[in-house]
Amino acid sequence: MFKADIILAALANGLMTGAVYALIALGLTLVYGVLHIINFAHGATLTAAMFAVFVAHSAFKLDPYIAVFFLTPLFFALGYALQRFVINPSSHGDDSNILLVTLGLSIIIENALLAVFRSDTRSIDVPYGFSVVEVGGLFLSTPKLIAFAASFVVAGLLWLLLARTDTGKAIRAVAKEKTGAALAGIDVDHVYAVTFGLGAACLAIAACLLMPTYLVNARSGNAFVLVAFTIVVLGGMGSILGALLGGLIIGVVESLSGLFLGESLGQIGIFLIFILVLLFRPTGLFGARA
Amino acid sequence: MRETPLPVIAVIVLLLAVLPLLTTSNVTLNFLTFAIIITLAAQGWNLLGGYGGQFSFGHAAFFGTGAYAMALLQVRLGINPWLALPIAAALGGVVGWAVGYLSFRAKLRGSYFALVTLAFAEVFRILANAWGFTGGAAGILIPLRIDIANFQFADKRLLYWLALAIVAAALLLTHSIGRSRFGAHLVAVRENEDAAKALGVDVLAVKLKAITLSGALTAISGCLYAQKFLYIDASIAYGPWISVEALLAPIIGGLGTVLGPLVGAVALLGLGELTKQALQNFAGGALPGIDLMLYGVLLIICVAFAPKGIMGIVARLRSAKTGGAA
Repeated sequence: MFKADIILAALANGLMTGAVYALIALGLTLVYGVLHIINFAHGATLTAAMFAVFVAHSAFKLDPYIAVFFLTPLFFALGYALQRFVINPSSHGDDSNILLVTLGLSIIIENALLAVFRSDTRSIDVPYGFSVVEVGGLFLSTPKLIAFAASFVVAGLLWLLLARTDTGKAIRAVAKEKTGAALAGIDVDHVYAVTFGLGAACLAIAACLLMPTYLVNARSGNAFVLVAFTIVVLGGMGSILGALLGGLIIGVVESLSGLFLGESLGQIGIFLIFILVLLFRPTGLFGARA
Repeated sequence: MRETPLPVIAVIVLLLAVLPLLTTSNVTLNFLTFAIIITLAAQGWNLLGGYGGQFSFGHAAFFGTGAYAMALLQVRLGINPWLALPIAAALGGVVGWAVGYLSFRAKLRGSYFALVTLAFAEVFRILANAWGFTGGAAGILIPLRIDIANFQFADKRLLYWLALAIVAAALLLTHSIGRSRFGAHLVAVRENEDAAKALGVDVLAVKLKAITLSGALTAISGCLYAQKFLYIDASIAYGPWISVEALLAPIIGGLGTVLGPLVGAVALLGLGELTKQALQNFAGGALPGIDLMLYGVLLIICVAFAPKGIMGIVARLRSAKTGGAA
């Protein structure tokens, strides 16, 4: 049997990773909540953001925690443009078309990254990469702790944006009733694109938080995105609170099943949860009944 | 869109059959064999996705089951490959039925169905990668013993003709399904599930029949792949590449048409091959992933401008020629 402190450490690690998972899932759930589609390009966009952090660090000597202030607006613009100029016009408003177009985008982004960076795995070297802080007898990785805290801050900001600003009001209006919102003078296409932009911006932040402790290659995003799908489905499609709690749960499950089943089978636990939730409660823990 | 008449199908299959007699190029033969094997997987996808409207993003689950069953039955259990093929196809059908039973009973449609199929394929991939019986991460090698009785041919054209014969059978099957009551039910489910149900169509049974057939066809494609390359591992057999190609070929060729998967697979792989060649000749080296990138662009262009794929364009050109009487 494992000693209690090992399990406790795995638990803490799971929570910290889970918070970043939650951030990735936030972007996905936001897009689903408003556009009612699943963005299959989410993982590839995350990979692109991670490579952007890598390039910012290796070519411009930018620390990821500084790069976040440049990359977040950049990815917002990118997400906005993708939805407005590619996804929206080419899918003619049909759900299964959007599914295919985002799949096409993910294939393009992933393989473009593969062509540029080859299949090498890259990482960045920051002085605080391996530093730890002691919290109640546990040694926690500083960058992971920062990621944990920052994810909650971002989730809070996102909530404020949705709850307190006019843009947020417009987004919520479109999510609820897009024809009505359009009649009230809201530019629906613009709101869709803004939502997509916000989703991509979440990914840019997540990438900056991840890179000090993670590696990236052209397929990295895939691993995260299936986890993110699981979180979104578990938490309820479109629910921000659900994404947060779902992220933490999945982080812990992954960390514990990695501890008990070994690294290669650790992910199985996640997929089994995913399949079980989809099969028996597709609306998730916090989602409204369809 | 009008159904492709049988004589047209027969002529196309015949043309494909004589092609290897006109050239001795190994490259051409390899390309054709690969394209025909992918066609079979695409035909499986088309039955469920094109006719039934259920878009699977995880046909690798069936392809890989076929490929692994074919290899493991031979290597681990010493079963003759000619016998292993139908067993593997049946196993693919069983996996298809099981995935369908679980997800269709839970009323998963659209993006939910796409997601759950994707997840099933991933679970299979991780399991095959971790389990000793399947050879784990090292994969599994089918020993080279060239003998017709052993499903390994000295004349490589035989494997091509065999695959082509199976594709031809699948074409006939699709053609007859298109004209059958089952086919009509399937299309009704695609167009409007609730209306189909209200008219007395047993939606669950129709979908299950489609995904079972689809799984079996795609599994046979996996079997042929295993016999052609005599090696598989988890990321080949259960990797996302085959899910993507099985879906792209029918969409580019023409969703829910008999010839769509064949036309799409040949066009898609041909284009990919040409791009790779062109890059090698002009850019002085291969860029990894460039063919897949092109597939992604084609997919988006197809969705945006040619929702009925190449077959749709052909039909439009023909009706323009005959004075618009489509």
